[in-house]
Amino acid sequence: MIGQVQKFGKSDSFYDTYERKGEGEQSTHYCPGCGHGTIQKLIAQAIDDLKIQDRTIFLSPVGCSVFAYYYYDTGNIQCSHGRAPAVATGVKRTVKDAIVISYQGDGDLAGIGMTEIVHAANRGEPITVFFINNAIYGMTGGQMAPTTPLGRKTLTTPFGRDRDRDGMPMGMAELMQAIAAPVFIERCSVATPKELLKTRKAVHKALQNQIDNKGFSFVEILSPCPTNWGMSPVDARTWMDQQMTLLYPLGNFRDSVTKQDDRPGDQEEPLWLDDEALVDLLKGASDVPVMRMEPLSETQRVKIAGFGGQGVLSAGELVATCGMSEGLAVSWLPSYGPEMRGGSANVSVTLSMEDVGSPLVDHPNVLLVMNGPSLDHFEDQVVENALVFVNSSIVTRKVRRTDVRTIYIPATDLAQEAGLVSAANVVMVTAYLLLSKAIPLDTLKRCIPLVLRKKAFLEKNLSLVERTMVYLQENGMV
Amino acid sequence: MNHVRVRDDECKGCAVCVSVCPKGCLAMSGKLNTMGYEYVHFFHEEACTACGLCFLSCPEPSALTVLAEQEVE
Ligand SMILES: Cc1ncc(C[n+]2csc(CCOP(=O)(O)OP(=O)(O)O)c2C)c(N)n1
Ligand code: SF4
Ligand code: SF4
Ligand code: SF4
Repeated sequence: MIGQVQKFGKSDSFYDTYERKGEGEQSTHYCPGCGHGTIQKLIAQAIDDLKIQDRTIFLSPVGCSVFAYYYYDTGNIQCSHGRAPAVATGVKRTVKDAIVISYQGDGDLAGIGMTEIVHAANRGEPITVFFINNAIYGMTGGQMAPTTPLGRKTLTTPFGRDRDRDGMPMGMAELMQAIAAPVFIERCSVATPKELLKTRKAVHKALQNQIDNKGFSFVEILSPCPTNWGMSPVDARTWMDQQMTLLYPLGNFRDSVTKQDDRPGDQEEPLWLDDEALVDLLKGASDVPVMRMEPLSETQRVKIAGFGGQGVLSAGELVATCGMSEGLAVSWLPSYGPEMRGGSANVSVTLSMEDVGSPLVDHPNVLLVMNGPSLDHFEDQVVENALVFVNSSIVTRKVRRTDVRTIYIPATDLAQEAGLVSAANVVMVTAYLLLSKAIPLDTLKRCIPLVLRKKAFLEKNLSLVERTMVYLQENGMV
Repeated sequence: MNHVRVRDDECKGCAVCVSVCPKGCLAMSGKLNTMGYEYVHFFHEEACTACGLCFLSCPEPSALTVLAEQEVE
């Protein structure tokens, strides 16, 4: 018997209805003749054909195609502008069996998201990227995109794109070609039926590559935006075919079997952490014994300041670690200039019986100054009755404030006598903890090995703690 | 005979399918649908080869369905 059977029809990978505008909706939100609709159908069909609907995670971008998740009956994530390749990296590394599709416009991929795409490609993430090049920012009403041809008038180039003012149009497939890792790079178009069939093949191939876990696949698809080009849908396709392809030549740029590693370099086995190892890592702090006996008499708002290289930040780390080991809530906030060494540096540490809200310490009740400028800077900021510790080996002037308790210790000298060049920070912290009684000295000694980077100096550091105690006793400070 | 089913209310009248059909089987209908678009009309069953180019070019997921004539049980 002769009958009619469906040969081309709606993909199973699309939802039956799209509940965006209302129940029962069957058409998309795209403008008449928009290339997004056509390309998304090709992708849906490939998902059907390859039987990967239940493994597919479709990442929609910011742009006209932001609503793809209303259409694809697959996993969906809507990514922030340009970041889909970064999201794809995370998803793919976590769910290795997933087929991750990053679908992005030219503003999204070649503009705001240039960094993400280049690095994902360079790492050779085994994902599939569909790059929809319509040479314009569609959604926002037709601003110039990195891909806009020279001379083309847009909202932001009312006199036409100018080479010197706006730069040259970016060829993203060419740029991908400059990177060794991608396995598949192709530029195609939906302008004519012939090109459309090639696009269908490339889409298929780019997804098959991911199923075969081959590596990073990139398909650039020239696509019409009749609305912002100010052309009819049919004229837009003619223009693409005749003009746009001159600027963006079509064809396959690369189709390799495996990732190309044509640059020298040692390949070390990557370190994979299983769940157990991760938990251990996060529990690193379990080395720190928790054993607080006495409540803190006062929340400690500590500022430690000096120049870079004096161990200011690690002094803060030491105080914070001591606090943690006592079961206190702590925060540690470093602040330094662009130069890690030599410039001025300070750290804010809070030790509290209650959760710490802000880690900022604007008005310290404990100040440890390691050099002169730090005293000048922070002296006026401390509260009344604050404890102010001054490294008198280096700071020559006296503290002017009379409403605070000041302790002068020749910290740098004491450290050098103990055979340590840069351990004035340990002296300062020891003095602070002894005088304030915020943390028992035993805890300090237990925490020094956790913070100290050069383990060879451990014994010397521990004896410096003792030496500091003796100094404070000899001088009647404790 | 082959047939292309048009769902009038999903067609946005972009005329892309009309321009790609190698056999000239489609034309604008002169009538507006509920969205206000002039929808397309399939009128030339004898010539249609069920090649699917109209379907593949159309931006809408289900505005067109291509049915091919063949032997069925
Ligand atoms: C962080 C951020 N910056 C800017 C925008 C505004 N914005 C929305 S869509 C868009 C351009 C999208 O252009 P393209 O990627 O080419 O996609 P098309 O709309 O053309 O498909 C911009 C700049 C935004 N939503 N978020
Ligand atoms: S503005 Fe352009 S890209 Fe956006 S839906 Fe309309 S035609 Fe498509
Ligand atoms: S299936 Fe082919 S021949 Fe038939 S109407 Fe569509 S484009 Fe024309
Ligand atoms: S391509 Fe689709 S939306 Fe455009 S006129 Fe044809 S059926 Fe209608």
